[in-house]
Amino acid sequence: MPDPMPDPLLSEAWGLSPSVALRPEPFGALAYHFGNRKLTFLKRPELVAVVRGLAESPDVRGALRAAGVPEEQWAAYADALRGLAVTDMIRPRAAEVAA
Amino acid sequence: MTAVQERPSGGSLVQQFEYGLDAPICLTWELTYACNLACAHCLSSSGKRDPRELSTEQCEAVIDALQRMQVFYVNIGGGEPTIRPDFWHLLEYAVNHNVGVKFSTNGVRLDPERAAYLASPACGGYVDVQISLDGATAEVNDYVRGPGSYDTALTALQNLQDAGFQDAKISVVCTRQNIGQLDEFKALADKYGATLRLTRLRPSGRGADVWDELHPLPEQQRVLYDWLMAHGEGVLTGDSFFHLAAFGESLPGLNLCGAGRVVCLIDPVGDVYACPFAIHDNFLAGNLLADGGFQQVWQTSELFADLRSPQTGGACAKCSFYDSCRGGCMAAKFFTGLPLDGPDPECVQGYGETALAGDRTVPAASQDHSRTTPTRNQPVMLKLMTRPPVSDCAESPLAGFEPIGG
Repeated sequence: MPDPMPDPLLSEAWGLSPSVALRPEPFGALAYHFGNRKLTFLKRPELVAVVRGLAESPDVRGALRAAGVPEEQWAAYADALRGLAVTDMIRPRAAEVAA
Repeated sequence: MTAVQERPSGGSLVQQFEYGLDAPICLTWELTYACNLACAHCLSSSGKRDPRELSTEQCEAVIDALQRMQVFYVNIGGGEPTIRPDFWHLLEYAVNHNVGVKFSTNGVRLDPERAAYLASPACGGYVDVQISLDGATAEVNDYVRGPGSYDTALTALQNLQDAGFQDAKISVVCTRQNIGQLDEFKALADKYGATLRLTRLRPSGRGADVWDELHPLPEQQRVLYDWLMAHGEGVLTGDSFFHLAAFGESLPGLNLCGAGRVVCLIDPVGDVYACPFAIHDNFLAGNLLADGGFQQVWQTSELFADLRSPQTGGACAKCSFYDSCRGGCMAAKFFTGLPLDGPDPECVQGYGETALAGDRTVPAASQDHSRTTPTRNQPVMLKLMTRPPVSDCAESPLAGFEPIGG
């Protein structure tokens, strides 16, 4: 049964920030932002797959589906993505056009 | 003991880090052992250039390897790295290869022209500068770093500020003599638009010779901890003080010994050590020229495999604070002759003092690059006379001379 109040983020188009590099690690990946020099750890390989897939998906929902994340975990992943957005690791694709 | 340990899936980041990473997060690279100063507590016993120092081309190859391994930035030190003639070239080479640079300097070469270069687009805002200063006053600083070194550091900070360089760092090794100056250091940093960075005095290199005199007293450890708890957010520590976590609340940072797991050191001749504070044969993982490159050494050295295996707490396992401090700093223990699976010599629960009072043998240094003849900038570490001279004749060449008929 679909969530009656889906997170609005799931319908948005996102992508990795242009200044961010992902370094694979046994537990997931390191994300490094060359602009603000923030280092973030992606602690699950599934989250790495989602982040990498954002740019090729029309929306976050598509990236989650492509990475095989079960629907009941989407809300938690949306929160994790919001956390990554705070330090500009990922950003909305519309903002790229606007900028 | 090179059996590969099974890495647990999930768990905390610290647990993951204990098993090591595919590449270091934070790598220190001492570019040269040559130095214009002769600081009494130098970690790398620097002074003279080692004739086997890596060439410019070899340094470029190291940077290429770091780029391939996605080591996003490197801490460059020495010796005094800026006295290598190719320093500025290597800096630009690194930045252009996506390896950011944070370099430590005493400021000797940071004239207005160099400061302007560092603030320019050539460095792309991807260079950090750390000026070493071990006293908030010339008296305290020059005692360990040598005459004139305070003025050199402050001139460099002024030049950086005048050039519009943003957010320089003032890097302080905390000692018995400067713990009382923490507020003054912070005021200095604010004055120059800089960030304060505090690190721990290690008994490594020449530091072994002066550690007894300079390492903070137990009550000063508490002062430092309280000060860091109050100012922690705006002050960098390089995760230096995780032994203080046993006071109670952990300080910001990893609170983990990263040696061989997330950090290491490359020395001027390409030797790779487990951490910047452990330049000793016992912590030598290999040489990047002789052993197939940096990546090979990082990923296959037997020493690093051992360091990435689960460690036992030894005598510390019984302590209720073991989970906070994890037994403290490996290098501090080693260079004071304490067992590696026992308490840190500055254990804030007091076990270090007991251990130091027991039987121990301080290991001999395995290398020393100190100059054999003193330079004019060398600290002498003599206390000023507090009593007047005993005899008149010593006070003035004219003492006792009464001109006749004057």
